[in-house]
Amino acid sequence: MVKLNSRIPDGPLAEKWSNYKSNQNLVNPANKRKLDVIVIGTGLAGASAAASLAEMGFKVKSFCYQDSPRRAHSIAAQGGINAAKNYQNDGDSIYRLFYDTIKGGDYRSREANVYRLAEVSNEIIDQCVAQGVPFAREYGGTLDNRSFGGALVSRTFYARGQTGQQLLLGAYQAQARQVKKGNIEMYPRMEMYNLVMVDGKARGIIGRDVITGKLERFSAHAVVLASGGYGNVFFLSTMAMGANASAAWQCYKKGALFGNPCFVQIHPTCIPVHGEAQSKLTLMSESLRNDGRIWVPKKKEDAEGLQKGTLRGGDIPEEDRDYYLERRYPAFGNLVPRDVASRAAKERCDAGYGVNSTGLAVFLDFKDAIERLGKDVIEAKYGNLFQMYEKITDHNPYKVPMMIYPAIHYSMGGIWVDYELHSTIPGLFATGESNFSDHGANRLGASALMQGLADGYFVLPYTIQNYLADEINTPRFKTDIPEFEEAEKEVREQLEKLMAIRGTMSVDTLHKKLGKIMWDGVGMARNKEGLLKAREEIRKLKEVFWFDLKIPGKIDDLNGELQKASRLADFIELGELMAMDALIREESCGGHFREEYQTEEGEALRDDKNMTFVAAWEYKGEDKDPALHKENLDFKYIEVKQRNYK
Amino acid sequence: MNLKLKIWRQKDPNTRGKFVNYRLRDISADSSFLEMLDVLNEELISKGEEPVVYDHDCREGICGACGLYINGRPHGPDSLITVCQLHMRKFKDGDTIVIEPWRARAFPIIRDLMVNRNAFDALIQEGGYVSVNTGSAPDANAILVKKEHADLSMDAAACIGCGACVAACKNASAMLFVGAKISQLALLPQGKIESNRRVMDMVAKMDELGFGNCTNTGACEAECPKGITLTNIARLNREYYKATF
Repeated sequence: MVKLNSRIPDGPLAEKWSNYKSNQNLVNPANKRKLDVIVIGTGLAGASAAASLAEMGFKVKSFCYQDSPRRAHSIAAQGGINAAKNYQNDGDSIYRLFYDTIKGGDYRSREANVYRLAEVSNEIIDQCVAQGVPFAREYGGTLDNRSFGGALVSRTFYARGQTGQQLLLGAYQAQARQVKKGNIEMYPRMEMYNLVMVDGKARGIIGRDVITGKLERFSAHAVVLASGGYGNVFFLSTMAMGANASAAWQCYKKGALFGNPCFVQIHPTCIPVHGEAQSKLTLMSESLRNDGRIWVPKKKEDAEGLQKGTLRGGDIPEEDRDYYLERRYPAFGNLVPRDVASRAAKERCDAGYGVNSTGLAVFLDFKDAIERLGKDVIEAKYGNLFQMYEKITDHNPYKVPMMIYPAIHYSMGGIWVDYELHSTIPGLFATGESNFSDHGANRLGASALMQGLADGYFVLPYTIQNYLADEINTPRFKTDIPEFEEAEKEVREQLEKLMAIRGTMSVDTLHKKLGKIMWDGVGMARNKEGLLKAREEIRKLKEVFWFDLKIPGKIDDLNGELQKASRLADFIELGELMAMDALIREESCGGHFREEYQTEEGEALRDDKNMTFVAAWEYKGEDKDPALHKENLDFKYIEVKQRNYK
Repeated sequence: MNLKLKIWRQKDPNTRGKFVNYRLRDISADSSFLEMLDVLNEELISKGEEPVVYDHDCREGICGACGLYINGRPHGPDSLITVCQLHMRKFKDGDTIVIEPWRARAFPIIRDLMVNRNAFDALIQEGGYVSVNTGSAPDANAILVKKEHADLSMDAAACIGCGACVAACKNASAMLFVGAKISQLALLPQGKIESNRRVMDMVAKMDELGFGNCTNTGACEAECPKGITLTNIARLNREYYKATF
């Protein structure tokens, strides 16, 4: 029976992390080089963890499915990274960043974790600057900041519209330095297919070489997941095509609990869907909401004209425009948090005020900003985003308003971890987007980069030592033991089973079906009936998948379809768990909106009395329902209030 | 629109490759180039044939995974974008499109349109970083950087490591890729400390890995999807001469 223990250190909130560090076990330098750590994924969390552990003296094995660690999807983050530096002298502090993050997450995250995140945020900026990350600067040579959704201060550091890229390259380069020194063994194009447990502890993985299709065994003293989020369960999302949940899902099936799977973030500003062949959605950074104004027409007939193509955005006079975010939320206006902005867009489009041919788009307009600041200023701030928009849509956003619509963007849920980022499997840690921890039910803009790097540079390299200190007498071991044998056999059998189906439907065809079920039933607005229906449909789809899937090619070979099929098998199971989790969460909070639970004005209505918990799911076996465990969230330092951005 | 495709198919590095012709019907002009290839692959799968293999991931022009020769040009006919951002509206109904992998000794073909670009990682490992351990950094605003230098550094740092510069170069030189990294770090006070060693090591590695020399043709700059300029190669040369004395 699993017992959840969040292992929050004693002491006042602001002293917990330093108390922890003062009292934890450490590993001495001579022993560090005898200990191996596997890190899955090379995004911000994975690359920074691998580099930091290797600098300390541990031997690291680093894995990614891409051809180079530099391509992990953190690279696509655009807007920025938060830190409580208060360089703008606008009243920011660690407490304020902590408060905004808890509130932004709709009071469904742990106080101690979030406070630590805010605390180490400042060190991240120091570290990245020292690495040569070219952040934006003022003329005096100091760092520049911008503001982001859900905050009243300017605390976001940025490198044009490519902040994720620059931070990732900083971590990638730190990792490259350790590869050169021999402290990191790098395995690109090697995908994790199973977790190997020895005596109840995570001791290794089974990898599949993407090029040869061969299964390989890797052992270590601990395994760190940094495998990212599961947004691709929806097929269409802003995630990379290869981003998948399989590493985390294999760990779930081996006994790691999965926290809050129904908490996914829908980003309000993405380029709308164009048609059936669409393969992914492109994000337009939240930073655009600093200067862009979001609107739809006030009059139905104007909206219909836009939908038919007889009218253009510019034809609609100022007095007939409904700047609905500014109208509904005067205090935060266009900078309300993402979940609020997304739902407001959906509400207007569902009411028939959408502005493109599908009726599923709203305007993001820069006319006023260009008049106020001049085209040059806007170009300097957002040039690359405007260029990207024009290349994709063939519309020039300097002249006509952008069209945007919400899209799946980030998963707050993930592997359940305690304060040490340790999962319920001893020796298995989860970092960055792959864990559930810091964002509650909604993540604020520019906080994903912060959390990924906080975990990788400053948290995990400490907390993992508290575990490894007890492993110094465990020698390196060979992988020809029964546990590895068995784990490899499981993978081989699963792959053979997939190849043997020989049905008629391609992986993408089935994945699109899953995506539609998820978007309709487990998407931006959910209700009991829809969730029950979605769960039923997912189960049916699972049967179709295992009966009618078609994979060409061979098993021991480069086989992209087999690779995708294996991921989809896991997404289908995860989709069902998401529906179950959304069903038991009988409230609306953050990205999780249950239509049954809303205020008269249509705002999310939490149930703090009964629902202030983390839902952690335990796998109980094929065709059995998972068991639900609840970690109650205790708010001692913050008053739990209804979120108000008015 | 209806299209004819001539696509390079090659089983593995040791087997001879060849162009294979395909026809596609009813492709939407709003589709991206890779979505058009998705449609082709779905057709191949339904016929029980093996799909065309190519690298791609983010599909928003930033990860650098995709890279194809399209009608003889790296990343295709549009400028300042990667293949994944190229849209079919740049082609006409009835067009024949020729698709090939990057061709350079340092980037061996793996299959079809997929190549091995590990050489780029090896170059960065040779010194494309600042040697600073986690936790040892001073306060971020203690290091002042002139805005002009930060901006130039960012221009260079925008490189996505796709390899189009190498593919475009008649000598398969990696000077633009290396020049971009050298420039980014040489322009910042943090990177200056190691600048001599960095440039010597990275240039030596470039030769070792089989990249050719630079003859100032400028094809790399013309085809770079991120607009990295030749100035960065000039800066590399300047850093190199500085380091020799």
